[in-house]
Amino acid sequence: MADGTFTAGAAPRVESPGFFGFTLPQGIAFLVMVAFVLVSPFFLYPVFLAKVLCFALFACAFNLLIGYAGLLSFGHAAYFGMGAYVTGYAAKSWGLPPEVAIPLGGLVGAALGLPFGWLAIRRAGIYFAMITLAMAQMVYFFALQAPFTGGEDGIQSIPRGTLFGMFDLTADLTMYWLVAGIFLGGFLLIHRIVHSPFGQVLKAIRENEPRSISLGYRVENYKLLAFVLSAGLAGIAGGTKALVFNIATLTDVRWEMSGEVVLMSLVGGLGTIFGPVIGAGVIIAMQNYLAQFGSWVLVIQGVIFIACVLAFRRGVVGEIGNLLKVKL
Amino acid sequence: MIETILFELELALPQVVLGLVNGAFYALLSLGLAIIFGMLNVINFSHGAQFMMGAFVAWMLLNWLGIGYWGALVLAPLLVGAFGIVIEKTMISRLYKLDHLYGLLLTFGCALVIEGVFRNEFGSSGLRYATPPEFKLLDLEFGDFFLPGYRVWVVMVALVTCLGTWLVIEKTKIGSYLRAATEKPQLVQAFGINVPRMMTLTYGAGVALAAFAGVLAAPIYSVHPGMGANFIITVFAVVVIGGMGSILGAVVTGFMLGLVQGVTDVFWSEASATVVFVIMAIVLLTRPAGLFGRA
Amino acid sequence: MSLDRRTLIKGAAVASLLPALGAAPFRSARAQAANTIRIGVLNDQSGLYRDLSGPGSTQAVRLAVQESGIAQRGVTVEVVQADHQNRPDVGSTVVRQWIDRDGIDVVVDVPTSSVALAVNTLVRERNKVYLNSGAATSDLTGSACSPNTIHWTYDTWMLAQSTGGAMVRAGGKSWFFITADYAFGHALERDTSNFVRSQGGEILGAVRTPFPGTTDFSSFLQQAQRSRAQVIGLANAGGDTINSIKQASEFRITRGGRTKLAGLLVFVTDVHALGLEVAQGLVLSETFYWDLNDKTRALTQRLGAMPGGVRPSMVQAGCYASVLHYMKAVGDMGVVAAKASGIEAVTRMKAMPTSDDAFGEGTIRADGRKLHPCYLFEVKQPSESSGAWDYYKLLGTTDAANAFRPITDGACTMPRA
Repeated sequence: MADGTFTAGAAPRVESPGFFGFTLPQGIAFLVMVAFVLVSPFFLYPVFLAKVLCFALFACAFNLLIGYAGLLSFGHAAYFGMGAYVTGYAAKSWGLPPEVAIPLGGLVGAALGLPFGWLAIRRAGIYFAMITLAMAQMVYFFALQAPFTGGEDGIQSIPRGTLFGMFDLTADLTMYWLVAGIFLGGFLLIHRIVHSPFGQVLKAIRENEPRSISLGYRVENYKLLAFVLSAGLAGIAGGTKALVFNIATLTDVRWEMSGEVVLMSLVGGLGTIFGPVIGAGVIIAMQNYLAQFGSWVLVIQGVIFIACVLAFRRGVVGEIGNLLKVKL
Repeated sequence: MIETILFELELALPQVVLGLVNGAFYALLSLGLAIIFGMLNVINFSHGAQFMMGAFVAWMLLNWLGIGYWGALVLAPLLVGAFGIVIEKTMISRLYKLDHLYGLLLTFGCALVIEGVFRNEFGSSGLRYATPPEFKLLDLEFGDFFLPGYRVWVVMVALVTCLGTWLVIEKTKIGSYLRAATEKPQLVQAFGINVPRMMTLTYGAGVALAAFAGVLAAPIYSVHPGMGANFIITVFAVVVIGGMGSILGAVVTGFMLGLVQGVTDVFWSEASATVVFVIMAIVLLTRPAGLFGRA
Repeated sequence: MSLDRRTLIKGAAVASLLPALGAAPFRSARAQAANTIRIGVLNDQSGLYRDLSGPGSTQAVRLAVQESGIAQRGVTVEVVQADHQNRPDVGSTVVRQWIDRDGIDVVVDVPTSSVALAVNTLVRERNKVYLNSGAATSDLTGSACSPNTIHWTYDTWMLAQSTGGAMVRAGGKSWFFITADYAFGHALERDTSNFVRSQGGEILGAVRTPFPGTTDFSSFLQQAQRSRAQVIGLANAGGDTINSIKQASEFRITRGGRTKLAGLLVFVTDVHALGLEVAQGLVLSETFYWDLNDKTRALTQRLGAMPGGVRPSMVQAGCYASVLHYMKAVGDMGVVAAKASGIEAVTRMKAMPTSDDAFGEGTIRADGRKLHPCYLFEVKQPSESSGAWDYYKLLGTTDAANAFRPITDGACTMPRA
């Protein structure tokens, strides 16, 4: 059971409430993560780390859907990419500051998630995955055609701007701190959502949908809300990424991007709190440092996918949690 | 007024024929997907990659062993089908007890590996596979409109294959075992039928169908590692529209969407890629189980 | 067995993490030697443009370094390469790290317009040198022009003028376009149409094909044929172009020689992939062809066996020529000055006339546009070809002064500064 559904690291079920809804091991892991976020830019390249954190937030948003609502979306690139485009356009053409442009990206992600989610949650499982994939493909065509996205050139030279009129983000390190703040905020928000009554209902739906219906929950509404939240956070992640790299392009809406976020969550551990973060780190690092191997990157990613599914379903974090008998 | 309509019709008629060619590929690919899904409950994400392998194996047979088109039409599906059987035996069979989504993820990984290996080995510019000259006999010509004989052949052979597959599944003993095993695997197993082996062979057959379509496609499209990825998402939409696991649904929807696209090409070419997804959304709103599916 | 595999996979996962976490800090420790020039070749090593750029471009850069004789002046040159996977985010991450951490002085090649433009901004901000050979966008010397950038080999304006204008002069008066339905395709169609009209030709129509995802062009080709145009212009690229040419041959669109196909962005590697049987009669423009004259043949000889068994493309030739010229400027101004300021190095390059076996004598304009002649080719029939890679016959030449967009039309504000 624990191995069979998407509740990977589900070893002990009892959750003792602690700091911010964390159990003790989770709290320790969280502190380790915060410490890493704070210390790492002094040792590693800040732009690389910022990229990792953007994708970590993206993967966490995706994980909210798969891990807690049991819905595998294969089209999350749509929200990520549109978030990137809108933030980029707002910052470049309207000259909006980052504190407005990034939330705008999140809003657009959520607004897009509403109709798509409404359509997709009519089916579950594989159907859901394929429908989200098809919708994302339509968004891709839209992004290619719409004049504001700049077609295949994308939106280039997006200014990072000045946060609250005080912090000049052109310095890589300042930008990194903003990304770190957004990531930690998003991470805690997701954690809060999962541990709220809303999150508990989501879990109940995932475990046994007919029973939840018979208990009087309007299952569709819960699923849709989870979908919209996830899409919105993906939009924020995309918008942040657009500012870090000064670009928003078709890569961000391509279906390969949807596959990548699935891979990140899978490697880290589907349904674990910290899994997507670790997964994003591993995959981004791999893409970066294996770039000179050309198309072998594709093969290596595929092999990791296969290995995870066959032998390693709990992911890095899930396996560690299982080993230590804690839920991370 | 009437002249314009006639002119439009005259314009549309060839498009209908050309649309059927595209439809033939959709039908063959979604047929394979439907068979695999019906039996294994796995959405075969590597279907596009296996389609591509079919085309590449045909190329290798010709250039390395001197085996021509007709040999490839038989050998390539067998070889790629055998490859599919190995994948099923070593990997997919371990996932049947788990959530079906793992099958999707596993075959997605397989697709990445296959595509990557072919990219490394053959580059990305594409290889050429000449149309066998004997098809010149089938060439059709009326007025301005020239229809290469090879396209006629593709439509015919796809129709025959789809019909044959449908007959095998609906009208033969093996087919009845297959259908029974899809519904109640334990019960069928109890009757002494080797269900795991049937699943293996079904996957092999589905993959062989993809490879067969690949060989058919080799003389038309450029043979390159990404050729399957171009098709697969549209084919997924076809399967959703037709109703997942429905053999008839896959075939009829495949040909139908080919037609719709062919006609869209004339009247509103910009929309011909999106029209499939729009239809999918409409179908989902009105008949969530698909046109031919059971809820 | 299952246990073994698990352990193995875990081991592999840990092992793959280690270099990622460990390598980065040490990279920065690498000292910046004052007499070492570092060149980064960034292009597509795995996708559609691998054969026309890819590792072959790196090989061309290495040859240029060797032939420049810069080593004899005590300058060492390091060449590294990376794959941008045609993704601007990957490309800009690589270039940032190259410049910020690895001390790269020159970025070379960079096909794919979106990546090329992203790199353009980065290199300018950091005052390094950018020698672009692979990208088509004429924005690099237009609205996005930069004092750190030289756009060497070709651009969309040049292709449109050469193919559109010269084709009409050669008798192809009426045109029909098959256009990939995105900005790049639209721009190519618009530019080419202007040249066709200005030469007295006419446009009979155009059809927009969805991009990407169109694999079957037969119905579009039928529409083009019905228009009875003399020239079918293919305003698309890569796989789209290959499929449309292949299917045009299948549907005998060009039979009888009444209709000609004009590829607006076709490379010699594409023709090779198609084969002469299919590609014969296709008209296209390039600025370099390996079999053009004795010098290009000699260069091809010196380059030796290229990866993938191809003959050098114009993009790879551009990588060779641009690095050769850069090395001349370095020799002229000294390695310290060249490393200190990318603008100074590029300015010096612009001040010197260019001379190389690939493009002959040429100059670099103030907006960063390298000027050289452009050639209109027709693909030979199989019976005319005398051997492997004997593909083109020359139809016409546009001289260097007229081949590229006039500097005043380019919306480049930099030359005044």
